[in-house]
Amino acid sequence: MSGYLSGVLAIFCVNLIFAYGIFVTAAAGQINLGGAGFQAIGAYATGWLAGQAGLPIGVSIVAAALITALVGFLISFPVLRTRGVYMVLATFAFGEVIAGFLLHSDVFGGAMGMVVPLHVELWVLVVGAAVTTLATFYLMATRLGLAMRAVNDDEDASIVMGVNVRAVQVAAFTIGGAFTGLSGALYALNFGFVEAQYFNALLSIYILLYVLIGGTQTAWGPLVGTVFFTILPELFRVGGSARYLIFGIVIVFMMALRPEGIVTRSLIRRLSFRGGAHAS
Amino acid sequence: MSDSPGLAGARIPLPGPAIAAAVTLVLIAIGIAIGGKVIVHQVVSGLLLGAIYMTVAVAFTLTIGVLNFLNFTIPTLFMLTGMAAWGLLSGGYLSLAGRGAWLAALACGVVVAVAASLLVERLTFRYLKMKHGDATEHAIPLVSSLGFLIIFENLVLISMGSDSQRFAVPFRADLHIAGIVVGVPQLVSCALAVAVVAALSFVLKRTKVGRALRTIAENPDTASLLGVDVGRVVPVVFVLTGLLAGVAGALFTVNYGDVSPFMGDNVGTKAIAAMVLGGVGSIWGAIAGGLVVGLAETLSIQFFGGDSVAMTVWGLVLVIVVLRPKGLFGGATIGKGKM
Repeated sequence: MSGYLSGVLAIFCVNLIFAYGIFVTAAAGQINLGGAGFQAIGAYATGWLAGQAGLPIGVSIVAAALITALVGFLISFPVLRTRGVYMVLATFAFGEVIAGFLLHSDVFGGAMGMVVPLHVELWVLVVGAAVTTLATFYLMATRLGLAMRAVNDDEDASIVMGVNVRAVQVAAFTIGGAFTGLSGALYALNFGFVEAQYFNALLSIYILLYVLIGGTQTAWGPLVGTVFFTILPELFRVGGSARYLIFGIVIVFMMALRPEGIVTRSLIRRLSFRGGAHAS
Repeated sequence: MSDSPGLAGARIPLPGPAIAAAVTLVLIAIGIAIGGKVIVHQVVSGLLLGAIYMTVAVAFTLTIGVLNFLNFTIPTLFMLTGMAAWGLLSGGYLSLAGRGAWLAALACGVVVAVAASLLVERLTFRYLKMKHGDATEHAIPLVSSLGFLIIFENLVLISMGSDSQRFAVPFRADLHIAGIVVGVPQLVSCALAVAVVAALSFVLKRTKVGRALRTIAENPDTASLLGVDVGRVVPVVFVLTGLLAGVAGALFTVNYGDVSPFMGDNVGTKAIAAMVLGGVGSIWGAIAGGLVVGLAETLSIQFFGGDSVAMTVWGLVLVIVVLRPKGLFGGATIGKGKM
């Protein structure tokens, strides 16, 4: 496999896991525009644990995911006090604070970035992406997944039906944090170098757009969205600004014509031959 | 009962300017008490920078206040003004204007920003409202505006390149007031920013269209029942947004003397921070917030070094959002509803 192709595949896997992290919160009706902050925590935690603390690779990956999950859990309480535009702003502020902190901190290399001495091969990223995808499909099929959909569709009705809305939202933030942290960990270990500037607001915006354009109703959304926006441009050899220009135009048209995203529940129902098996 | 934030500043105008002035004076006094002349100089340049943030923050807060819509195209409208002005000037299209060419270029830049803002209204807000009912209650316009952000930025990148460009302004004069050096362009632009915001405040409070905007901010359905032609008044918000972002972009260009396709990113995020600090939907809040962010920026560079700005400003925002979601000067009815 050529270096170019494996580079594309690596960033695809990282972005896919990241997108699932954002999807889990979005599926429960919460918009997280600070995703890059969570990913940065995962990446720097891995870099520090595997580098300075000298832990084995496997342990550092799991620990980084757990640390980010904990951050997601803790930050969900203040963030969930806000709603709508305010939640977008609060999560955005969170991402900016994390990036600003990392840029300013001496322990983590500041603006110089941090070299990660250990390395994982591409197959680990592929396995990570596959596991995350399957885990999300499973999650959406559980009672918790059903509760998340209910909260997304109608919060008041879910309360009436006995759903503990707050618990579901906190769980979504925690699980989303774990996935996003995992994506950061694998990014750090595969690319061998992390710098705060990579985890900027634009990255958060792009990944959120992958998820929203892919569709938040089913677990297919992030997969389709990420393939659509990272693999297709490579296939057609569209580079640089032209790619983003097309990306922007697609977003505007998608929002006008199909605001629920590419993949919706009704689309899945129509495509599957099982008909009523997916009644929702 | 309204889910929309409402224009708090327009309804309670009196305490606003008083609070803003008081905050400013207190901060200046603290600065003088602690650090003497260097600090005073930082405070003055912070306030001048704050005037730019303030104008952009008012554009953000106006769109959220009336339409409950976080318009992410505002930073690009700001950037379009500067880049369009530079493009026209360097392309030699304005040679007829002679020595005033730079001024004509900036005026054209503001027109471009207003036109782009109307395009956004036409293609996102209006269309979505027709198709999906009340678009203000949804994340759809937000995402759509992110799409426009990407489109405008990359159009500029493709047509004019990614380099920072010099925009020379032919006058350069400094005023020395009690030993503090203040650039005349900065001072003029600060005054102009304040004048634009004051004019907007007047329009909202005293004119017919202002009353219509405030009614829509309260409740769009009731507004249209009461005879407000919502479809005709909403574009006014976008014109004002383009005007505010454009004027801010022109002032920034004059003050700092260069333009780049990324000039809006930093100012845009700082303006969002300013709006949140002051209270979303409150015009006087955005003014105070803009000045506070400008001050926080120059002072934190002075005391903690250049890298600390983002952390100071956004740390402040995070604390405010969590502890007092309505902001320092905001009204009480925000943060409700699901976008």
